[in-house]
Amino acid sequence: MATITVNGKQHEVDAPPSTPLLYVLRNDLKLNAAKYGCGLGQCGACTVLVDKEPVYSCLTPISVLEGRSVTTLEGLGTPDNPGPVQRAFIAEQAAQCGYCTPGMVMRAQALIEHKPKASESEIRDYMAPNLCRCGTQIRILRAIRRAMNDMRTASAEAPR
Amino acid sequence: MLVRALSVILIAVAVVFGGFFAWAWHNEIAPVQPVAAGTYDPSIVAKGAALAAIGSCVVCHTQAGGPAFAGGYPVETPFGTVYGSNITPDPDTGIGTWSQAAFRRALHEGVTRKGEHLYPAFPYDHFTHANDSDIDAIYSFLMTRDPVSRQNRQPDIPFPLNIRLSAAAWKLLFLRHGSIAADMAHNAEWNRGAYLAEGLGHCGACHTPRNALGAEKHDEAYNGGVGEDWHAPALNANSPAAAPWTAEAAFQYLRNGWDAHHGHASGPMTPVVDGLAKAPESDVRALAVYIASLSGADDAAKAQRADAALKAAREKTPTVAALAAATTGSGGTDGAAIFAGACATCHRSGGQTPNARPVDLALSESVNSPDPGNLLHIILSGVHPQSRERGFIMPGFSASLTDTQIVSVAAYIRTHFSGKPQWTGIDVRLGEARRKTGS
Repeated sequence: MATITVNGKQHEVDAPPSTPLLYVLRNDLKLNAAKYGCGLGQCGACTVLVDKEPVYSCLTPISVLEGRSVTTLEGLGTPDNPGPVQRAFIAEQAAQCGYCTPGMVMRAQALIEHKPKASESEIRDYMAPNLCRCGTQIRILRAIRRAMNDMRTASAEAPR
Repeated sequence: MLVRALSVILIAVAVVFGGFFAWAWHNEIAPVQPVAAGTYDPSIVAKGAALAAIGSCVVCHTQAGGPAFAGGYPVETPFGTVYGSNITPDPDTGIGTWSQAAFRRALHEGVTRKGEHLYPAFPYDHFTHANDSDIDAIYSFLMTRDPVSRQNRQPDIPFPLNIRLSAAAWKLLFLRHGSIAADMAHNAEWNRGAYLAEGLGHCGACHTPRNALGAEKHDEAYNGGVGEDWHAPALNANSPAAAPWTAEAAFQYLRNGWDAHHGHASGPMTPVVDGLAKAPESDVRALAVYIASLSGADDAAKAQRADAALKAAREKTPTVAALAAATTGSGGTDGAAIFAGACATCHRSGGQTPNARPVDLALSESVNSPDPGNLLHIILSGVHPQSRERGFIMPGFSASLTDTQIVSVAAYIRTHFSGKPQWTGIDVRLGEARRKTGS
């Protein structure tokens, strides 16, 4: 039995200590935003935040999460009330197949929290570990700049 | 009587200092007008490009993300930080007004065109062994690069070493000029390798330990040193490699950044092998022959020991069944459980990882090293190709694992894979590595 805190809620999980967080999120907690891409920490589709830092949930055993807090995409907002980064992704239509999107949003969230005025090259460097194969990178970058601006000016639009 | 004795002492002191100043004095070499790049012989420029790649000039003369050869890279030394200078042909901020003679003197004597002493962070203790025609080729290569206007940054070195004459005193003690004498006991390829490694390649700058004044200890050549907080492993008989370095393994490693018996180049060695990928294959082979010879003759017995180490390492690499057993451990600081969940997806036997197979950890020099620093750097930051280059990727774990957990997993890896005594002070070393990488 392990205790993990996800999106502010404590969960008792009955799984071996080396079980990847991603499996627990998807299979036990039914939080399906984080995606299984490569399982090797190479693509970023499984990115979630642990103590506000982006990590690959596919390579994070639940044993290391005692006393730490996990945030997934579900913790940023709801379909009816998306968070500012989610709204910016929607406004810029920053997805094609959408498989990388939850990981992109989580990494962007961490970037904006750490560095609300990141430059273009800082954004590109920070986002580099997350891959998109459909070619929506330009829209993703636009969405990040929009979210930064919205959050700085507290003018995040409500969803239409 | 006393006055007389004092006068004698004063005169003696004056003579010694006068002699030192006269010896240390270098005149300014007159500036020259830059000439058009097209006037340089393309074959000489190409030769210079290859030699500059072997010398890794671009590494210390380029700031991260900045234009090549325009300087700014911080070289940290125990005495302070020296910043690589602008060696583009810009006449005002670079070396555009340097004559070939001034450039030769800089590499042989560590003196600028104007006659100032350079600090030995610029490894002229090695470059002094390079021959004139090779230095002239590098000059042609640099003079045909794009000029970049970028002011040099002054070194952050405290008094009294900030007085550049201190570098002259260092040279008096430690700088030995002259070419590398051919060793008739070895063939031409080995001698070429020795010339490149001891001269432009300056391998010893990291792989040889340094004394309190920052000079290489020549009686401990290639006994392991330090480069940018990474441990540069010994290349002599004390090499920590589980599989001894054969010439073929050294060639694969230096040319491609990877060898089956040793794994990937990482840390400060990454840009070195990127440079060697651009050098002539024959020169990289020569370097490999020389480097391998430092740890004993490259004979059939050595190759057999290397293969035996590979086989033993494969047996130590955990199987899926062994990992499942390991997962019954409990608590966040169980190294085996962390390894099973965070590392074993790639570092296990059986099954095929879709990307390049990582090295068996029992062969890794970082795991077998006397210093845990390299393994900790790799766990924190992963393994990445140079910006815009292709290469192998291992993700870093600085955010997903706490310090206690990293210490646990490093200790587990050391014990399980190397069979060597446990490191002491892993936590202290981790703190240093985190400070160095800002993670």
